[in-house]
This record gives sequence, C-alpha cells and structure tokens, in this order.
Amino acid sequence: MSYIKPNFRHPRLPTNALGYTVADYDGSISTLCAGCGHDSISAAIRNACFLSSIPPHRIAKVSGIGCSSKMPTYFLGKSHGFNSVHGRMPSVATGASLANRSLTYIGVSGDGDTASIGMGQFIHLVRRNVNMTYIVANNGCYGLTKGQDSATADEGSISKYGDVNAFEGIDLASLALLQGASFVARSFSGDKEQLEPLIRAAMGHNGFAFIDVISPCVTFNNHVGSTKSYAATRDHLDVMPLDFVPMREEIRTQYSEGTSKSVTLHDGSVIYLHKAETGFATDDRTGSLNAIQKAKEEGRILTGLLYLDPDTQDLNHNLDIASRPLNELGKDELCPGSKVLNSINEGLR
Amino acid sequence: MKKIKGVNDFVVKFANVNGTGSASANHLFAKAIFRMGIPVSPRNIFPSNIQGLPTWYEVRVSAKGYLGRRGGVDLMVCVNPQSMEKDIQSIEPGGYFVYDNTKPLAQHLKRDDIHYFGVPFTEMCMKEFSPPRLQQLLKNVVYVGTLAALLDIDFPVLKGLLNDQFKGKEKLISSNVHALEMGYQFAMDNFKCPLPIRLERDYNIAPHILEAPHILMNGNTATALGAIYGGATVAAWYPITPSTSVVDAFAKYAKRMRIDPGSGKKNYAIVQAEDELAAMGMVIGAGWNGARAFTATSGPGLSLMSEFLGLAYFAELPAVLIDVQRSGPSTGMPTRSQQSDVLAAAYASHGDTKQVLLFPATPRECFDMTVEAFDLAEKLQTPVIMMSDLDLGMNDWMSPPLEWDDNYQMDRGKVLDKEALDKAEKWGRYKDVDGDGICYRTLPGTHPDKGAFFTRGSSKNESAIYSESGEDYVKNVDRLLRKFETAKTMVPRPKTHPPIEVKKPKTKLKLGALFFGTSASPSYEAVEMLAEEGYPINTMRIRAFPFHESLDEFIDAHDLSFVIEQNRDGQMRQLIMNECEIPRNKLISVLNYSGTPITARTIADQIRQALNTKSADVVQLHPEDA
Repeated sequence: MSYIKPNFRHPRLPTNALGYTVADYDGSISTLCAGCGHDSISAAIRNACFLSSIPPHRIAKVSGIGCSSKMPTYFLGKSHGFNSVHGRMPSVATGASLANRSLTYIGVSGDGDTASIGMGQFIHLVRRNVNMTYIVANNGCYGLTKGQDSATADEGSISKYGDVNAFEGIDLASLALLQGASFVARSFSGDKEQLEPLIRAAMGHNGFAFIDVISPCVTFNNHVGSTKSYAATRDHLDVMPLDFVPMREEIRTQYSEGTSKSVTLHDGSVIYLHKAETGFATDDRTGSLNAIQKAKEEGRILTGLLYLDPDTQDLNHNLDIASRPLNELGKDELCPGSKVLNSINEGLR
Repeated sequence: MKKIKGVNDFVVKFANVNGTGSASANHLFAKAIFRMGIPVSPRNIFPSNIQGLPTWYEVRVSAKGYLGRRGGVDLMVCVNPQSMEKDIQSIEPGGYFVYDNTKPLAQHLKRDDIHYFGVPFTEMCMKEFSPPRLQQLLKNVVYVGTLAALLDIDFPVLKGLLNDQFKGKEKLISSNVHALEMGYQFAMDNFKCPLPIRLERDYNIAPHILEAPHILMNGNTATALGAIYGGATVAAWYPITPSTSVVDAFAKYAKRMRIDPGSGKKNYAIVQAEDELAAMGMVIGAGWNGARAFTATSGPGLSLMSEFLGLAYFAELPAVLIDVQRSGPSTGMPTRSQQSDVLAAAYASHGDTKQVLLFPATPRECFDMTVEAFDLAEKLQTPVIMMSDLDLGMNDWMSPPLEWDDNYQMDRGKVLDKEALDKAEKWGRYKDVDGDGICYRTLPGTHPDKGAFFTRGSSKNESAIYSESGEDYVKNVDRLLRKFETAKTMVPRPKTHPPIEVKKPKTKLKLGALFFGTSASPSYEAVEMLAEEGYPINTMRIRAFPFHESLDEFIDAHDLSFVIEQNRDGQMRQLIMNECEIPRNKLISVLNYSGTPITARTIADQIRQALNTKSADVVQLHPEDA
C-alpha cells in the first residue's frame, strides 16, 4: 500500500454550493489494509459531505476503537474528530450533541465496537434519538486483534482459522428498528451508488440515523466460507437503489410512478426509492422488520433505506433545551448572581 | 444516681424504624434548636432499605460550635423494639432513656445507671388520631413534644416550623400542633422538666457562631448550587446513594434559574445515563465541545468512570466529577459514610495518571469548590474530582451563608477562538508554548481552515498527529507531569491555624495533625481536648491534591504527624508518603472505618494511645527529646 498521499489536484475540480472542492473534504492517507471495505466508506462519507455542501468545519467526527474507528482520520481533515474509548462513542456523541446542537455529527463504529463492548451505549443512543449519523463498518470480525469472530458474524460462517461460528449473529439494523430508531438503513461498502445517497439522507435526517454497512475485511474475513466476504456479499445482495435530492437542488430526473417512491425529509430534501416491489413501506416498522427477517431466511442481504420517520424529534428537542447551543452561553445566562443566593440563604435559616 | 448535666452541650439519639416518617420529625427537632441560635449538628444514620429496618438520627448540641460527632449518647429516644437492647447499652452512665411504654419494658432492658422516661406514645396516638398511617406519623411528633418539655425547646419555634412546613394545609398544621402539645403536656404532668441537660438561648455560644448568621444545609445541595453558579450546562449521571441528591438539587434549582426567558426552554441538559460509564462519556463529550459539564457518583461509579478518566487525563479534556464517598469496596455499606476513595480517585485509571482532587469540609466549601472545580478543569484541561462524602453530602450542617461575588468571571482556560486562530502562525494542540504544561485548545466548529485536530487517547505528537514514537510519547507524558506541577499553584491551599497555647505541656515532641473533609470538625475538637490535657498539636487541613509544598514543610517541622481519616488503609497517609519525600515513621494513622462518622473521642483516644506506644520510634528520630 502507499504511504504518500498525492497532493496533485485537477485545476478544474468541480466545486459545491459553498465553493469547496471534494479535496477540501479529504483526510489523511489511510493506514488500513489495501482493499479494506472501510476505505470505500470513508470515500462515500467524503463525497456525501461534499455533495451536500456541508462546511467541513461544522462537522464533528466521533468514533470508538478498532479498525473502523480509525476511519475518521481518513476523511474530513478540516473537521474536529474524537477517537474515544472502545464501545463508548455513543456517550461522547450524546454529550457533544447536548453541548452544541448546531454541528453535524458523524459517528463511525465497528461491529465489535457497537455489537459487543458498546451494545449498552448503542441501544441507549438509539433510544435517546441523538441527532447524528451512525455508521457501523460491519465485517463480522475483529481486525486489529487479528480475526476473532465478532458478535455480528453469521451462524455457520467459517473464520480465518477454520472454526465454524456456532452463535446467532446480532443484526444491528433489526435491533435499532425494535428500539424505535427513526432512520435505519443497510448498505454495502462496494455499492457507492447506494451508500452515498444514504449517507446524505442520514445527515439530512433530524434525529438518529443508523446505517449498517457490510464492509469486508480483506485480511481476516474474505475467504471461502465467510458470509461477509466480498464474493459472498455480492452474491446475496438484494439492493434497493435510491437517490437523494437536497432541498435547494432542482429535481432534474423524472421518476416514473410505480417504479419509484419518494420520501421528504424535515428540511425539504427528497429521497427517491427506485424499487417498488420491496414488499414493505419505509414508514412501516413492522413491515421492515419482517422484510429483513424474510430476506435473511431466503439467504438475501436486503440493502437500502429500511425505515424512516421524517417527523421524529431529537434528544435536544425532547429535553426541551433552548435553541442556542449550550456551549455559547456565558455568565449572564448561567449565573443567577448574589441576590438570588442571598434569598436561598434566607430560606435555609 | 448520677445525672448527666449540660446546657447547650449534649447528644440526643433517636432510634426509629425506617419508612415511618421519623426523619422529618427528627429534623423538626434539630431545626428548632438551630432556630434558637444554638449550634446543632444532626446526622441521619440509615439503612439501605425503604421500609422496616432500624434507623437512627443523632443530634449533637454544642455551644462551642463543634459540628463533628462527639461520641456517646446522653439521651436516647427509642421507638423501635428491634434495636432497643443495643440502644439502651449505648447510653452514657447518668444518661436518659425516653421510650414508648404502651407495652411494659422487659426486665432485662433495665439498667440501674440511667434514667427512664416512659411515655405511652402508641396508646396516645391510637386514642387521638386515625387512620393508622396518621397515628404512626404523629407518634414521631408526640415525642418531639415530650423532648420540648424535657429539654426546654421554645414551643413557638416548633409551631413556627410546622407552619412553614405545612403552609396552606391548615388541617395538617393543627393535627401536628396537637400532637406536639400532647407530648409536651404528658412530660410536664409526669416528669420534672427540664432535665439537667437542656437548651438555653444565648448561653455560652461560641463567638464565631454568633458572628455570622448561619444557615443549615447539606453538602449535596450546596454542591448543586455550586454547579449552577459555576455555569454547568450539562449534567449526566446514574443514580447512586449518596450522590443522587446532587443532581436532584441541580434539577430543582436549574428549573427555577436556568430557563431561557425568551423561549421558556432550558439553558441546561440533564441526562440520566444507562450507567456511570456513559455518564462520564457524556460529560467528556460535552467538555470537548466547550460546555461545562459534570457528573455525581460514589465509589462503584468512580470505578466505572476510571476508564474515561484515563482518556480525559491523556486527551486533556475538562470534566468535573463529584464523588460523594460511601463505605466500600463494591457495594460495601451504601448508606454509610467513609473517605475511602482517596487512592482510587487520585490515581484513577490505567497507565500513568494523576487526577486533581478537592476536599471540601463544609457545605460552604462544597459550593465554593464546585465553582472552582469548573474553573480548574478548564484551566488545566483535565478532570477535577471533588471528594465529598455521605456525612457531608446528605446531612444538614450549620454553615456560614453562601456568598457570591458578582464580579466573578468564568475562567475558560486557554481556548483559541476564530480571531486568535486567524492570528496564530503555527498552532499545535499539544505544544507547551507557555512552559506551564498547559497547551492551547480549540473547539469543534470554530474556524473553517484552522484549529481542527483529532482528539484521541492514543499517543500523538505536538500537532496531535497519531504517533507511536517513544520520543513523542515521553515528551507528552512528561509535559503532563509539568502540568500537574502547575496545578499545585492553582488548587486550594491547605489551612492552618495558630497553635493552641498549652500551659504545662506533657511532651517536648512537636506534634501535628493532618486531616481533610468531614474528619476536620472532630479533629479540631480532639486537638482542643488534648491541648487541655497537655498535648499541643498543630493542625493542617488538606484541601486539594496535588499537595501544596507547605504540606512537606509542615511534616518536616513536626516530629510526628497524625493523619486522621475515615478508611481502613490510611489512604491519605499513603498518598502523602507516595508524593512527598518524608520518612514513613513520621506519619501515624488515626482511623475510623465503621461507616459512622469519626468522633472526637475516637481521635483523641487513638492519639493518646499512639503517644504512649510510639515513643520508641520518636527516640530514634530525635534522641534529644527522649
């Protein structure tokens, strides 16, 4: 793999609405293995932020620990990032969101970080509906510690060491749905056409947006017998394509009735779903859960937008917190002063 | 038979069943004494249970203003047959026992060196009140009435308190006042009132009590007010005794004082987290984003937060943690007090870590130090842990009133805003520009092109770039030590007092006493007791870690220093030995770890004993004193 990031840029790189080029959304060079699915996710996040014209410095990146959680270094170099503790990114993100509700939060985690050590914090993050995009780079194994099964490894999947996994894998998308998540999607790191618009939609969503991304581990889980290899994933994908049109943009393409459905987000952006025959509607939680289960039984991996409630309210709203970010408040707003304290003293006599 | 005597100087203890409403009646008793202007210190000694187990309430009355526990009981009020046998045994010879004689007292419970006052509380309430719940509640008020006669409490003061408590509920006021009168009248009719132990306004009251119009409040409420005044906007916590009331009180005051006048919405956030791990994570996430955030917990929570405390220490993020200590390890005795998290807090987390600790001793100090904790955490870019305890946090203490300087400005530390970043030529998050170990930080969202960096628990170079270079690592952790040195100059200094003059000293040894937090009050009292016996002891009250250099000097200047604390292992003594260059035999532990707050008598006894047995060690150190 390369360890030098080329800084050559085409002089006529297109700019977005803010005048930024896609290079303004780059991060440092990746130190992950060549061919790692995670790098495709990093690229998709970068492109999504560029296309949606979000100022890079108004995005905050948070992660836990693991290969996945290294990713935020590799995109959005102009954004602050926080590589926290294993499985504890949800709490850090929650605190950050309470302190400053005006930033866009992108959380990146892995299957170990979310489905094992971080399961408690993850499910409570879903429950609180913290306004953020939460991406799990899901490869079914622990990369940094060299290939142990993770809790999302499918039952019957064969590990690098030849062992057959005896345990039922945890499906994070179903779990998020059950816990009332307002935006749930699944995708594949190799499907840029689907992943980019999903991330854009997730960032435009006013609440907790969860994307489970199958992201094969080329080093420890890409062999014959693994259910999360590139080949096995490609063979079993059941893709629901979609497009994302942000609020400000003109709708250029005509989608024919019957093959496409649209969902409008709270900010006016529109998501077009290009597969009418999914067997469920994205506003039907039970239908989505059934469709996921049915696909699993038939050996298909259902990817696309699985559920969306565009009218949900996030944690800051539900806690009735004032609109001005708490980290901007000063002494005048926060400190009641000596007169009030004297009256408290009086009440204690 | 001997009768204990004393005006404004005695200990009353109540033995009740928990969940029967006794605490509010006992509080009424204590508050009435407080309103009479007589120094009083009530303590609730309660089980980890909601209903049915023995619970006690101890009230110390001390004209001199001693607020710690003295030790011993002069008058016991017992309405709990479960604990009666032991309760009777605990009374000082010549003391008094007030009990419910609706059923006759068993023969084996009779002592011939104490005075019995039987009152048919149950029978009186059964006759006078219904339903049964009211009978149970008012029984407590009846015995307060009896005590009002026995101890000479101002009856109008009691009535006034009931009026305050039940404002607008006339029925409740009249039934409570009736219960008080019943108890009072019974005592007046049947006993010689008042007893030789009694109350009297203005009698012998210490000048320092008369000087300031004192308040009666618990440390947790004062801490919560400190968080309000210190500008905390995010509180994340997980319920745990005895810290729960910190966040409860914060919520109460925030609801009153922190509502945005324009929108009617909250200028604060409180999240009850799923556990202490998450609570600390939220505090750290908010601190990273530039909001003042805190959590409150106790020992088991501190253990869970240790992981994040290591991250915050190394990633250099502000956080305020209120540790209201209780007896450990594990669940230990969750409703009993100790000072046993000292070492766990000082070195919280894996790797090389040192945390900044504050040790408040009074509610007033809980308030002041909480405000200071927020400033220190942001100035030092590190967690600050305030070490309160159950005794201070949950019991009402007489305290000088809280004071606030309206000129106070929050010190947010070295944070670069957009203008500063525009001017900055070369900025590196972990560059020690000023040589004090404290670097300049930036907040997310500040500047389009400058100041973004990656916060991480992994090693990094001065520009916050991931680095596994040994050189970068060592440079960074050595700078953190430098920062800890800087902290010494910022944290509250220890307090000393002029030595007490001892006319005929019984020893040539130079003696010192070191203590902190709730050990302070009874330590001062013990030192005065010992001074009268001919042992001059100088005192130093430790108020923060890292230790100020005057602690070394104090220990150097004395032949022996007693380290008085409430844990088994002498944790403060260990911390001092670890951090100061001193011979270990200069420090002698004085300990109590029974779960009930240390008493002045225990301290004095242990010091006397040590002076008798430790003389051999002393001879080695200072042969000229032998």
